[in-house]
Amino acid sequence: MQIAPPGFDRVFSALADHTRRDIVRRAISAEEGVLELASHYPISFAAVQKHVAVLERAGVITKQRIGRRRIVRTNREAVLVARRLLDQYEGLWRARIDRMNELIAETAGAIDTAETKESKR
Amino acid sequence: MTVTAVRKDPQRLTLTIEAEFDASVERVWQLWADPRQLERWWGPPTYPATFTKHDLAPGGRIEYHMTGPAGDQPHGYWDVLEVDPPRRIVLRGGCAYADGTLTTEIPISTIRVGIEELAQGRTRMSIENVFPSTEAMEQILAMGTEEGQRQAVSQADAILAEETIQL
Repeated sequence: MQIAPPGFDRVFSALADHTRRDIVRRAISAEEGVLELASHYPISFAAVQKHVAVLERAGVITKQRIGRRRIVRTNREAVLVARRLLDQYEGLWRARIDRMNELIAETAGAIDTAETKESKR
Repeated sequence: MTVTAVRKDPQRLTLTIEAEFDASVERVWQLWADPRQLERWWGPPTYPATFTKHDLAPGGRIEYHMTGPAGDQPHGYWDVLEVDPPRRIVLRGGCAYADGTLTTEIPISTIRVGIEELAQGRTRMSIENVFPSTEAMEQILAMGTEEGQRQAVSQADAILAEETIQL
């Protein structure tokens, strides 16, 4: 049985918050530090710092030193895992729906045959 | 293809899939309500499902296992949260050991099924899956699916090819 790498539950609880998801979105381009990020939100710098810390612990973002600045960067790999899993689920359900269709076609065929027999009598 | 819409939300771990069938609401309902029909489509051909308990009533329980090519038998269950025949089912399920005890205290998915008539003999089914974590998703996908899934698709293609030749 294949289990997700440890910490992925943390990834998704980290992403369960609207502000944190927005930070992740902004940090994809990896241009801003915590101070610049904080300027986008009507909440305190300390609150934004806290959100960034949660994301960092979950491995969703990392801080990278560029010169004298510390840039916040999104770890795309962590975010892509969920999408890959949902794609697999889609395939699973598509196959099930194919089988549902076969089953319906089969029983419809059985009724048609019965009716044909009836009319031939 | 009868799948008409797919919505995936990777942040909320939700997958919604909609399909349309050339059949009545009653007929489509039977796909879920009749355990013998359910086991024809739930598992892929390499992992057929057997439903050993099927109490489709609020508070009821559904239990099943799948049998793999190597004789492995992953078990699963659903608790029936809501039923409104022939239109709505809400299930919460997880994995279990062969003796019926659960592998985890936490259910690993919620499934909401909606069935509605679009026109005479044309029915839409929507299936919403909600997962609590990616670990839960991995666990369900590990229940004999991936390899069998590919086979199911190729089998369906073979049937479709046959039908085309017959036409």
